[in-house]
Amino acid sequence: MDLTLKIWRQKNAEDKGGIVDYKVTEISDHMSFLEMMDVLNEQLINTGEEPVAFDHDCREGICGSCSLHINGEPHGPDSGTTTCQLHMRRFNDGDEIYIEPFRAKAFPVIKDLIVDRTSFDRIQHAGAYISVNTSGNTQDANSIPIPKADADMAFDAATCIGCGACVASCKNASAMLFVSAKISQFALLPQGKVEAAERAKNMVTQMDLEGFGNCTNTGACEVECPKGISLENIARMNREYLSASLTTAE
Amino acid sequence: MANFKLDAKVPEGPLADKWTSYKDKINLVNPANKRSIDVIVVGTGLAGGSAAATLAELGYNVKAFCYQDSPRRAHSIAAQGGINAAKNYQGDGDSNYRLFYDTVKGGDYRSREANVHRLAEVSGNIIDQCVAQGVPFARDYGGLLDNRSFGGVLVSRTFYAKGQTGQQLLLGAYSAMNRQIARGKIQMYNRHEMLDLVIVGGKARGIIARNLITGEIERHSAHAVVIASGGYGNVYFLSTNAMGSNVTAGWKIHKKGAFFANPCYTQIHPTCIPRSGDYQSKLTLMSESLRNDGRIWVPKNMDDVMAIREGRLKPTEIAEENRDYYLERRYPAFGNLVPRDVASRAAKERCDAGYGVNKTGEAVYLDFKAAIERYGKEQAMIHGLKDASLEKIIDLGTEVIRSKYGNLFQMYEKIVDEDPYTTPMMIYPATHYTMGGIWVDYNLMTTIPGCYAIGEANFSDHGANRLGASALMQGLADGYFVLPYTIGHYLSDDIRTGPIPTDSPEFEAAENSVKEKLDFFVNNKGTHSVDYYHKKLGKIMWDKVGMARSKEGLTEAIAEIKAIRKDFWKNVSVPGDSNDLNPELEKATRVADFLELGELFAKDALERNESCGGHFREDYQTEDGEALRDDVNYAYVAAWEYKGEPSDAVLHKEELEFKDIELKTRSYK
Ligand SMILES: Cc1cc2nc3c(=O)[nH]c(=O)nc-3n(C[C@H](O)[C@H](O)[C@H](O)COP(=O)(O)OP(=O)(O)OC[C@H]3O[C@@H](n4cnc5c(N)ncnc54)[C@H](O)[C@@H]3O)c2cc1C
Ligand code: SF4
Ligand code: FES
Repeated sequence: MDLTLKIWRQKNAEDKGGIVDYKVTEISDHMSFLEMMDVLNEQLINTGEEPVAFDHDCREGICGSCSLHINGEPHGPDSGTTTCQLHMRRFNDGDEIYIEPFRAKAFPVIKDLIVDRTSFDRIQHAGAYISVNTSGNTQDANSIPIPKADADMAFDAATCIGCGACVASCKNASAMLFVSAKISQFALLPQGKVEAAERAKNMVTQMDLEGFGNCTNTGACEVECPKGISLENIARMNREYLSASLTTAE
Repeated sequence: MANFKLDAKVPEGPLADKWTSYKDKINLVNPANKRSIDVIVVGTGLAGGSAAATLAELGYNVKAFCYQDSPRRAHSIAAQGGINAAKNYQGDGDSNYRLFYDTVKGGDYRSREANVHRLAEVSGNIIDQCVAQGVPFARDYGGLLDNRSFGGVLVSRTFYAKGQTGQQLLLGAYSAMNRQIARGKIQMYNRHEMLDLVIVGGKARGIIARNLITGEIERHSAHAVVIASGGYGNVYFLSTNAMGSNVTAGWKIHKKGAFFANPCYTQIHPTCIPRSGDYQSKLTLMSESLRNDGRIWVPKNMDDVMAIREGRLKPTEIAEENRDYYLERRYPAFGNLVPRDVASRAAKERCDAGYGVNKTGEAVYLDFKAAIERYGKEQAMIHGLKDASLEKIIDLGTEVIRSKYGNLFQMYEKIVDEDPYTTPMMIYPATHYTMGGIWVDYNLMTTIPGCYAIGEANFSDHGANRLGASALMQGLADGYFVLPYTIGHYLSDDIRTGPIPTDSPEFEAAENSVKEKLDFFVNNKGTHSVDYYHKKLGKIMWDKVGMARSKEGLTEAIAEIKAIRKDFWKNVSVPGDSNDLNPELEKATRVADFLELGELFAKDALERNESCGGHFREDYQTEDGEALRDDVNYAYVAAWEYKGEPSDAVLHKEELEFKDIELKTRSYK
């Protein structure tokens, strides 16, 4: 396949940035999208140009590093797929492909296609944990049976990879899906219930502080989420948040 | 260090009591004094993350570093299959002793008994800890934890969260870190790479790190430095490791005096998606837990092999009697569940003999048909469907398989573009895990006082081969339950030291040497990319230092790696600047270290005239192709001391004693 790539280049956070055209040839349809990007970068290095910077690490769809906006969609055209798991067989010879960074006020561009997603970390510092010491003096793991259905639901929420596609796909740049997944995981487990209300309140407050937009229930996040995190989590989070605002004194 | 004597510092006394009595006797640091002690942790995977959280919780000031943008993205996140623990929840006869025994045997009797026993002892605690943190392990319908089994053992002791166990455990450790970050007890340095260790007065007192966004070179001091930087499998270029996994932290401390142990022990994992072309950037693992339900085979007849390769025949069309379930044939006791080294070599043996089933001839089948039907029948029974049709049975069985391994099957389908529920998967061995690493004593301290190494970065618990689901166990054991004790013993001497200044000549010198290297790269303006060299190195490593090694091959490899290294330092090209985010520069510093490690790796393999675990020397095998170990001459840990060029490295031996386990030929027949 021969392709024309229209890639966002931006030297640093201050630089204005813009789209630059590149051509790649003889792309095999077995390649992953990122391997295609490797081919481009090798080409650029060989001509002494700076390669395109993009985030990636595991290339197995699990670390959440990769984050390209491809033809207007975070992680590209396939549903339930991260950029690193997207394959070139999804494209056709002669295609023009737009490749841009995830865009949101709370995800400033660092360079080219790399954005700063540490706002997600700060939301988690605000309460995404169970306050238990790591001393090893905890009770036996089987002392609290957990209904399989609850455990499975908690697991489903816990599979969020923190990629930020939900934010990038949302017209309000809301982080509700991400935050609700985390809150749900803990709220569904007996171990996490104790501080559920407090947690919801603190995480939501931090989310707002980071400059994420509000959720207006458009559902684009769920559609673009590579891990199929469900909107039900947002409903659950709202319940937790509401009960937190009702029960805790401000 | 000519007369340096390696001292493993294993406590006296009966094996089963060593750890308990050791803990009773060590020095403790008063909580008030912990506040005046700083610890640097390099790496925030399972090992580093759990260590950072626990040390901070104890009261030390922790500075943690990782090259990713968040600790949650460390390579540990990718671990699929599960984590072992001797809980005996299944009542199938498991115990601390049995876990200890399986691990020592599985490691081909090349690990340190006392360490492994301690690992088994704390394993149960790990599960309790993780559950308390909210790790959503798989559960059965009664609400209790579920288990499965892994290669090399006969009990079900593996705890799991679908095929995403590493993710869930890492998020658990990360959440514990978050709690300490919020309290201000951990200062987290994301997108920072450690590029050198600073030693002051003979003790590790800090590191030089590069801020990967601004390119700034920073000095960080502490009373102790913990290296938790993971494994070095990427020396092969292609491996199942994350793209950024590297040996740099380990190699830098090696150059400053930490011995590097058993570099040649590498695990080649039997169930990976085969390579399909030259452009490939990495290999993808299909968890070994699949071998619980999948049967491995190749066609018996060469005609069928040819027909398959040419696309004239489908694997599903080959009759049962024309299939060679070679693991079940060769190893009736363990069958498809033999350990990884055995399964990998058996696949290579069949493919070398010409029975590989894909275009490159490097693939065997992993077939779920029998399991789907078996589970389907069971489900039909449970649901009272007496006369269920085959179709219905297959549907029901497929659902069971989907709930167990769904994400793995999905991953396979994405990459290969074939549906593994209806046609057997193709798999082939790939580099996966490195059992070798920085030498540490029982306290997990390296040969540099005050410098520790934990998790995959150290050499300690797995011997020549690692059984499945035990790397996660080791990483968390080290971080949550071992290091916090042992490091306290060391730091108890440091309560009056006060903060370590960073304006000393030692920091100055280390910073300058780092800057010099970086400047060299961006100014060199050579002709070849970093990947060009990395791929060349990887090919030699795979061909000559891979699944099977020989004296001739290793000798050639050493000479070839030297030549590549020379060329690299002359002709490498790194575009961009050093005071900017520059992924090529990051790669360059990592590959520079791989080019040295690669040679030591081959040298170590050449020195070890035996076959054991992941180290298979073609010149040392039994008549039926099994590994031929030599306990008389090689029951030792090879710990290499840096002396300049890798070829000058000096070998120190830690003799291994097996007092509680009899050294036996490892048989899985
Ligand atoms: C695909 C796959 C599946 C696996 N499945 C299993 C399984 O089912 N069960 C099991 O037990 N094991 C499994 N393993 C093995 C296991 O995941 C690893 O051995 C283990 O996670 C290593 O943990 P770690 O904490 O030692 O290192 P890592 O998780 O690799 O962490 C390394 C850390 O060091 C940091 N780092 C590295 N170099 C530097 C530097 N110079 N400066 C700053 N930071 C640095 C990184 O940023 C990272 O934070 C699997 C491995 C792979 C690849
Ligand atoms: S909810 Fe989905 S899209 Fe959002 S961060 Fe998590 S995995 Fe990514
Ligand atoms: S690179 Fe890890 S999810 Fe894509």
